[in-house]
Amino acid sequence: MPGRESSCARLLRVEGLPITAVLLILVALFMLIAPEVFLSYRIYMSFLANVPPLLVLAAGLTLLIAAGEIDLSFPSIVALSGWVLAYFIHDLHAPWLGLVLALAAGTFVGWLNGILVARVGIPSIIATLATQFLWGGLTTVFSQGLSYSLADIDELFVWTLFVGRIGPLPVQCLWALGLTVCLWFVLNRRRFGEHLLFIGDNVKVAEIVGVNTRREKTRAFALMGFLAAFASVLLTLENQNFFNTQGAGYLLEVMAAVFIGGTSVFGGRASLVGTVAGSFIIIMVEAGIVATGLQGFWVRAVVGVVFLAAVVGHLLIQGPEKARTRLRSLRGRFGLNQGDRT
Amino acid sequence: MPPSPPAAPVHEPDSFRHIVRLERVDMTFGRVQALSQIDFEVGRNEIVGLIGDNGAGKSTLIKIISGVLRPTAGTVWVRDKRVDPSGYSVRRAHDLRIETVHQAQSLAEKQPLWRNLFVGRQIVGRFGFIDVKQEKAIADQLLRQAIGFRGHGITAESTVSDLSGGERQGIAIARAMHFRADLIVLDEPTTALAVSEVRKVLAFIEGVKTAGRACIYIEHNLAHVHEVADRLVILDRGRVVRDIKQGEMTLAELTSQMVALHEERGDARA
Repeated sequence: MPGRESSCARLLRVEGLPITAVLLILVALFMLIAPEVFLSYRIYMSFLANVPPLLVLAAGLTLLIAAGEIDLSFPSIVALSGWVLAYFIHDLHAPWLGLVLALAAGTFVGWLNGILVARVGIPSIIATLATQFLWGGLTTVFSQGLSYSLADIDELFVWTLFVGRIGPLPVQCLWALGLTVCLWFVLNRRRFGEHLLFIGDNVKVAEIVGVNTRREKTRAFALMGFLAAFASVLLTLENQNFFNTQGAGYLLEVMAAVFIGGTSVFGGRASLVGTVAGSFIIIMVEAGIVATGLQGFWVRAVVGVVFLAAVVGHLLIQGPEKARTRLRSLRGRFGLNQGDRT
Repeated sequence: MPPSPPAAPVHEPDSFRHIVRLERVDMTFGRVQALSQIDFEVGRNEIVGLIGDNGAGKSTLIKIISGVLRPTAGTVWVRDKRVDPSGYSVRRAHDLRIETVHQAQSLAEKQPLWRNLFVGRQIVGRFGFIDVKQEKAIADQLLRQAIGFRGHGITAESTVSDLSGGERQGIAIARAMHFRADLIVLDEPTTALAVSEVRKVLAFIEGVKTAGRACIYIEHNLAHVHEVADRLVILDRGRVVRDIKQGEMTLAELTSQMVALHEERGDARA
């Protein structure tokens, strides 16, 4: 049935559909195992409050990875912008100025990352590993290693605007969703996004077709800086505190969310829909495992299994021919080649 | 980088003699002198065959013309107007209707064909969003006419990695054709092609001539260039060593000339 097979293949090519299916299966699974938790809306509201910072970071990183670059410094940008915001709220009582400066600071240091990579020519994994120490270190110096408690900021309009509640719904999920939709259009429907895909695919081709690769890379890093700052605003306001290692736990989770979502580590191919599903999977597995009564110790192991399964799944979908040949060679090795239709 | 101006009105009949002209152009990469003191020009309706051994500087020369590389010294003229080297780029060359089909690597493997055809010159709407529908429609149309295709389920959505070498070459040529170049630069366009497809490329070059446009044709196969070129320029070790008009030399003479150059080069090395 060739007709049916091709429509099946077409379904698999719909952006992020397979990994979204995995997410739904996980939800169903958790509903079966821990119905008292997963059939109540509360747990989902908690996801919607906790996913946004992760999602905003992962969406930004998706664009950078699409361009074949990486940013390891974003956890430190989260910390730096968080400090700027907290300092202006706590010490200067100027939340709006703090907000603007926090976003500006993040964008600026992101742009500096871009200069180091695109102009100076340091590979991004090295450059941002270094600036991860630098921005983080500066945050510690500025904050004198202190934490800020921002207990009563929920009276501020900034708080209501970014992390307030509409009924039970946390507002930050709308911000994160809106931003992700914007980024989808940037990646898939704007020149800038197309240029990033070509840079990630083959930088020489990008240059030959007239893409200003240095400028576009610098812009991508600046965008990542801005998004890290925005994630930090959501995080700081939601948690109502600041500490100078804020964001440190996000590095691996964000990368996992991007790769679980099906973005290629080799660049040139990216799925923001997949990144959204990946972000929810990361947060949900954490909560789900605890709710199912398994010990929390299991969380990382399960994330690892889901991660590996997702990556293998993406390989199969992206290169069915290659996967089929590989399978055939395996079958050949085990003497099962009889009846193989070619 | 200044925003590229809208495509200038470039069709002023008889207002120029040479579509492109290089004057004493040097190109060095570190200590390697890839080109030295190159004088090279292409008339407005001329097919120029560029030949020479590997490493003679052919690709470097056309990369300068197509705006990928900036020459170390010398002047570049397009339509008899001197171009500002700091403002010259691939985009500028495109605006001046100079299209290049590079030897290899001018298509991005993982991207669909429609993106490859329009990248750098996307069709955008009023708000700067890429008009995907239109780009795909034009791409599908181009595919039907492209050289190297036998119509087996390749669409605008197919990725470059699905294509054979000949098909890739066909796409690169189709891209150059679509943007109606006044000068089309072909860097070994027949390498990956079957014999019947080679004929199509040669016919295409002759079509460029009849349409009143110009072409620079780089080719290893001397019989092919000899057949279609109005003039042959031989490069050797970064210098122009011969400039031969059509009919001045038979194919046999040309071949022995090239062999002689090759041997001389061997002697120089020894």
